[in-house]
Amino acid sequence: MRLLAAALSLVAFSATAEEVTTYQLDNGMDIVVIEDHRAPVVVHMLWYKAGSADEPVGSSGVAHYLEHLLFKATENVESGEFQRVVAENGGSDNAFTSFDYTGYFQRVAADRLPLMMQYEADRMNNLVLTEEDIVTERGVILEERNQRVENSPSALAREQMRAAQYLNHRYGVPIIGWKHEMETLDMDDALSFYDLYYSPNNAILVVAGDVQPDDVLALAEQYYGPIPAEPDLPERIRSQEPPQTAERRLVFEDPRVSQPYISRTYIAPERDADAQKDAAALTYLADLLGGSSFTSVLPIALQFDANIAVYSGAFYDGLNLDDGTFGLTVVPADGVSLQEAETAMDAAIEAFLDEGIDPARMDALRVQLKASEIYARDDVGGLARRYGAALTSGLTVEDVQAWPEILQSVTADEVLDVARRVLVRDQSVTGWIVPSREVLQ
Amino acid sequence: MIRFVLAIALSLTAATARAQIEIQEITSPSGVDAWLVEEDSIPFIALELIFDGGATLDLPGKRGATNLMMALLEEGSGDLDARGFQEARENLAASFRFNAGDDSVSVSAVFLTENQDEAMALLRDALVSPRFDQSAIDRVRAQVLSGIRSDANDPNRIAGATLDALAFGDHPYGSAIDGTEDSVAGLTQADLFEAHENAFSTARVHVGAAGDIRADELGVLIDDLLGGLPDEAPELPDHVEFALDGGTTVVPFETPQSVALFGHSGIERDDEDFFAAFIINEVLGGRGVESRLMREVREKRGLTYGVSTFLVPKDFTETYLGQVASANDRIAEAIAVIRDEWALMAREGLSQDELDAAKTYLTGSYPLRFDGNAEIAGILAGMQSVGLGTDYVANRNDFITAVTLEDVNRVAAELLDPDRLHFVVVGQPEGLETTE
Repeated sequence: MRLLAAALSLVAFSATAEEVTTYQLDNGMDIVVIEDHRAPVVVHMLWYKAGSADEPVGSSGVAHYLEHLLFKATENVESGEFQRVVAENGGSDNAFTSFDYTGYFQRVAADRLPLMMQYEADRMNNLVLTEEDIVTERGVILEERNQRVENSPSALAREQMRAAQYLNHRYGVPIIGWKHEMETLDMDDALSFYDLYYSPNNAILVVAGDVQPDDVLALAEQYYGPIPAEPDLPERIRSQEPPQTAERRLVFEDPRVSQPYISRTYIAPERDADAQKDAAALTYLADLLGGSSFTSVLPIALQFDANIAVYSGAFYDGLNLDDGTFGLTVVPADGVSLQEAETAMDAAIEAFLDEGIDPARMDALRVQLKASEIYARDDVGGLARRYGAALTSGLTVEDVQAWPEILQSVTADEVLDVARRVLVRDQSVTGWIVPSREVLQ
Repeated sequence: MIRFVLAIALSLTAATARAQIEIQEITSPSGVDAWLVEEDSIPFIALELIFDGGATLDLPGKRGATNLMMALLEEGSGDLDARGFQEARENLAASFRFNAGDDSVSVSAVFLTENQDEAMALLRDALVSPRFDQSAIDRVRAQVLSGIRSDANDPNRIAGATLDALAFGDHPYGSAIDGTEDSVAGLTQADLFEAHENAFSTARVHVGAAGDIRADELGVLIDDLLGGLPDEAPELPDHVEFALDGGTTVVPFETPQSVALFGHSGIERDDEDFFAAFIINEVLGGRGVESRLMREVREKRGLTYGVSTFLVPKDFTETYLGQVASANDRIAEAIAVIRDEWALMAREGLSQDELDAAKTYLTGSYPLRFDGNAEIAGILAGMQSVGLGTDYVANRNDFITAVTLEDVNRVAAELLDPDRLHFVVVGQPEGLETTE
């Protein structure tokens, strides 16, 4: 205990914000520059405000499919050339697709930035696909789905749970797509998504590393500046969730499941521009309930005070454009039924809401969140992702920079208040993932 | 236009391909060697400790002891039980990771400058005075057993376990470091104390540190941290050959996509031809989408999301392995293409262009590895554990550049043997059967 007190008084540092400069080009492209001069390296990221939740009905997976196709030929560049050039320059590159964004990045020596911009700007507008690209790359994404989803019972169960969680919002459809729709994706699907969304007024450029902001702006004007804005870019309106008024429960059965478990998700508010307090409180709630295997509510109740579970945890990520989820997982111990484990989980949450929060736990989490800002500065690529994900999810640079302070200001009462609003069974999906219904007998 | 820019970029590479870190070699007052990269712009330190031996030191019948022991180091030490220890660690905002591997155990610590004394005192207790409380053993053992049962239904794990057993038999490399349900169920508190005694010896430690700390401070820190560990260490196991011949082993498993793990014997890390082999692997299956296998299996035919190969020079054997996954009705074709590419590379080797491109990539990417305190600390300890000197960082690109086309093509013919390549396929592959 002496150690604990000493520690809390010691951690009195201030988390200095990273050096960030922002610009906007005349064609509407936003630019974020994060300086880190420790190593002569730069991360060049281009984010599009277009993800799987922006896809037209019937073509799920097209955002991710297009991400793959962007490595094919353009009017000026051979298929695979950009990746080859990155590699020949010692760099690494990749791309990613989420519900709300698609992003492309390269990590190279800082003096190669112009070359990266030249290629990335080129493929924003000049993609030339062949029928062969369409067929072979569709085979690749189907194998990717096989690898990530079809071969993984827990991934298949997550898909079923999300589909049940969202009554009206596109977040209920998997990012990689439903298999039967992926099989029908064609040239028109890919190009119509590309023509509409891959435009400078729908893009955010994040450059992080050993660069001067003015230089980045000049290069961006040179390479991205001439690309015209898309006049028909639609407003980003998705069908929103109605009030959820009925608990959903499902049993997912797959003989490949060796360890039965319970997964519960609740619909939960995300970080909104100028309104991040609920999301900050939910961040604490996840940590308090299940962020630590030793000091959180569920592990203490289910793994230490009683031998009910071998694992328990809680999850929340507030970075979405629309409502996200708050999740709980419990893996029962040998000989404990799923019903017994779920009852114990709910009892532990009930007790947490009744008894309130130990102020020492809030203090400890504040210290950890503050320290995590110091550690985060060691990974400039991570900082770049933080800005890219936020700016494509409806937040501003000011929101990103205010977030650490908002986290510090969260009170125990605010955590309990948001917990009572979010941890409501009528807004939840509970999944029992089992090898066979026989284990339920 | 684009070609022109590219030419300029290539000529720049040679000039800038130098890792810009300065490694200090220090010896602690009690005689432990350590490498340090000072970087004071962010107030924290990353420390990596690697102890040679690892799970190869599991005693007969005690498979999984080293792994369970490492998982229990964060579960209480000195005056603190598991929750007390973790509460103290969380309040310091320090991170300690304890990892068991085939050839070593490692400790990765990240902690703030301002409370480094408290963080190191806590880590010292975990390393030197672990409690192995029975309640903690029971709880963590249940987690390990749950993981072993899950692995038994995971196609990738099944493939790995099958290949290891066929290739290495009774040698420790022939079984998973987690142990079996039976061996883990039988482990006692005394077994864990013994595994701890065997795994942690100052005679076998390699220390890397990066961040906000001075050389003299680090020496004192190391002695405080490691003083109390034994300086003697048990014997290490014998070298073992990869005993599996060419062919195919099918492990039936109901799943839509077959997973294949394949390989044959490889090359030692300190072999004079290692860099040639390293370049061959880079071109054949090492470098992401750019490799020959990715081009033939994925880009041209759409048969897989990923295929890759890797040289695995362990302390007591050397293998050359690869992996691929394809739908059950397409895996046979994927494997046929891989076999053909293996044979082609063995027969004809690389082109000068491929060699040049691989060298440019490998020399250009090397400096980019030294990115962040934790990465640097890990690299520093890792280099020492494979017997490299600090000058390696400066000279490594010259070793790559010195490899000639004649070298790589001679080594390709020696290293790659399509007839000895064995595929373990887990799934319901169409048109594939276990060979005799």
